Amino acid sequence: MDLATLVVHLLNALLYASVMFLIAGGLSLIYGVMRIVNLAHGNLYAFGAYVTAWAVGRALGTATEASLWMYALLPVGAVAAALLGAVLEPTLLRPLYRRAEEYQLLITFGLLLILEDVMRLLWGPYPLQASALYEALGSLTIGESIYPTYNLAVVVIGGVAAAGLWAFVYRTHFGVVLRATSQNMRMASALGVNVNRVYVQAFTLGCFMAGLGGSVIVPQQGAVLGMGVDALILAFVVVVIGGLGSLEGALIGALMVGLVREAGITFFPEIELAVLYLMAAVVLLIRPAGILGRA
Amino acid sequence: MSPTAPPRRVLAWSGPVLAALIVLPFVVPPYQTVLLSYGLVLAIAALGFNLLLGYTGLLSFGHSAYFGVGAYAVAFIVKYLKLESMEAFLLGGILASGAVAAIFGLLCVRYTKIFFGILTMALSQVLWSLAFKFFWVTGGSDGLRVPTPTLLGGLVRAGNDKFEFLSHRYYFYVLAIFVVAVAVMWVIVHSPFGRALQAIRDNETRAEFVGVQVWHYRWVAFLISGMFTGLAGALWVPLNGLTTPDILHWTFSGKMVFFTVLGGFQTFFGPIVGAIIFNYLETYAVGHTVYWQMVLGIVLVVLVLALPAGIVGTVRRLLPRPVRAV
Repeated sequence: MDLATLVVHLLNALLYASVMFLIAGGLSLIYGVMRIVNLAHGNLYAFGAYVTAWAVGRALGTATEASLWMYALLPVGAVAAALLGAVLEPTLLRPLYRRAEEYQLLITFGLLLILEDVMRLLWGPYPLQASALYEALGSLTIGESIYPTYNLAVVVIGGVAAAGLWAFVYRTHFGVVLRATSQNMRMASALGVNVNRVYVQAFTLGCFMAGLGGSVIVPQQGAVLGMGVDALILAFVVVVIGGLGSLEGALIGALMVGLVREAGITFFPEIELAVLYLMAAVVLLIRPAGILGRA
Repeated sequence: MSPTAPPRRVLAWSGPVLAALIVLPFVVPPYQTVLLSYGLVLAIAALGFNLLLGYTGLLSFGHSAYFGVGAYAVAFIVKYLKLESMEAFLLGGILASGAVAAIFGLLCVRYTKIFFGILTMALSQVLWSLAFKFFWVTGGSDGLRVPTPTLLGGLVRAGNDKFEFLSHRYYFYVLAIFVVAVAVMWVIVHSPFGRALQAIRDNETRAEFVGVQVWHYRWVAFLISGMFTGLAGALWVPLNGLTTPDILHWTFSGKMVFFTVLGGFQTFFGPIVGAIIFNYLETYAVGHTVYWQMVLGIVLVVLVLALPAGIVGTVRRLLPRPVRAV
């Protein structure tokens, strides 16, 4: 394999890792703060993708080529997912914090079923495209291969999002409160932290990240029903490898999943998914808390 | 009276219920009987599932694996061994799901709570992706066809009318196995072994203190649970005529959790009731609207928020004390 092909493969792996980090980082953040495994998280990613595709479609109208300002529509899906999260947490999840975790899992499973059909209701059973944004950026040549510029943009957005999140969690007052609540909810509450507010903020932020993941990938892949359910399981693989509740872990997990997936598609397509799930199982067996998690 | 024998009040109402189930195919249209067969099959899976959730306190999100292995074992028996005897199917289904549960269980029972749930889910997804990708063995997303079997070692055959076979002879076959499965599970959960499981569920440390080897009991419970679910999978295939990777997907595990909680996982008969009702609910929702997932989702959300004890659990609470037999 020559160098250019290797670079293309690495870029693909990074592209995949960026989106996986956005989804899994949100999942992990929510678990870290609230100790809830949100089975509907993948649907928020799908929701972001649908909203962005819809917005881009409306903006395009009958035009076939995207103008530059339409890239400003990318965050629309993320904001929509965040708003949805801000509504869901106080109404459905808050009543359950004192109950056994079986019920928390179940209600998010119910939410998964509902959201899946909400998207079918709003946007119909057919895939929604936003490929105009993908095509308008053109492509560049790496060695002898042609590589879409948009993919690079996604990698950059993923990187910026990771850096922004890190700064948010470790360099702001809100981040301190968030981490304090995550480490000891009762103590934080006793010290005057409004835990309910932190929970809704953390959940909203997690949903925003999932929605952003959907928004940035939709020009490349389109939005289809069922994309959320598939993404959720891979996000699980990522957070299990990296450690539930750890953002750095989600980053490492996403990079590993991205690399293995790209290698899998090239070298062992039949067992690519099986290998990913097995990786998660093996990590759980060797280090139950994940590579960077705390038990 | 032995401690595993059911109390008289349970026999008092289960007798008439059984009689009704036997008479049913002669009064209701055949479609209803087939529908109920599906419900009874799911109820066997729910019994197995609840041995882990209700009695051992372990929430598996990967029980689709054992249901699916039971079903695919039957399809492989047809494909490679060219057999069509239902007894061979059941044996194959139970042994295959038992083997998989034995291995997966060994890995999973070291953990509890959410880690147990995720590990069981990840392992079941491995099987799903294999069934999905190795299409030359499993038929991929098209699945594998399974013809109508012969029952009781070839004594009872399907004949030309497949639907008539499914709604009468096969219904009684399923019903008989269902009754045996319920009886066996009743004995298991009321045996000293079942008591030990409940002790582990209530307080793991204390159970260990009184000499219960926790992981070993959990593993055996996992194994039995997987075999019951595999039996259900094997019984399910001839009804459906086809096995596809859908039944291995984790969302099917989610449905199993759903109907177990719908009936009430803190009761013995709750999961059975939940499975049968869920089957009707799903069938009618699918038949009436493309938004059936939303209907199920709303039922689940309302259930969790308003009726966490499930149907049987709630009814039992409302009944006056002496009738509390369910």
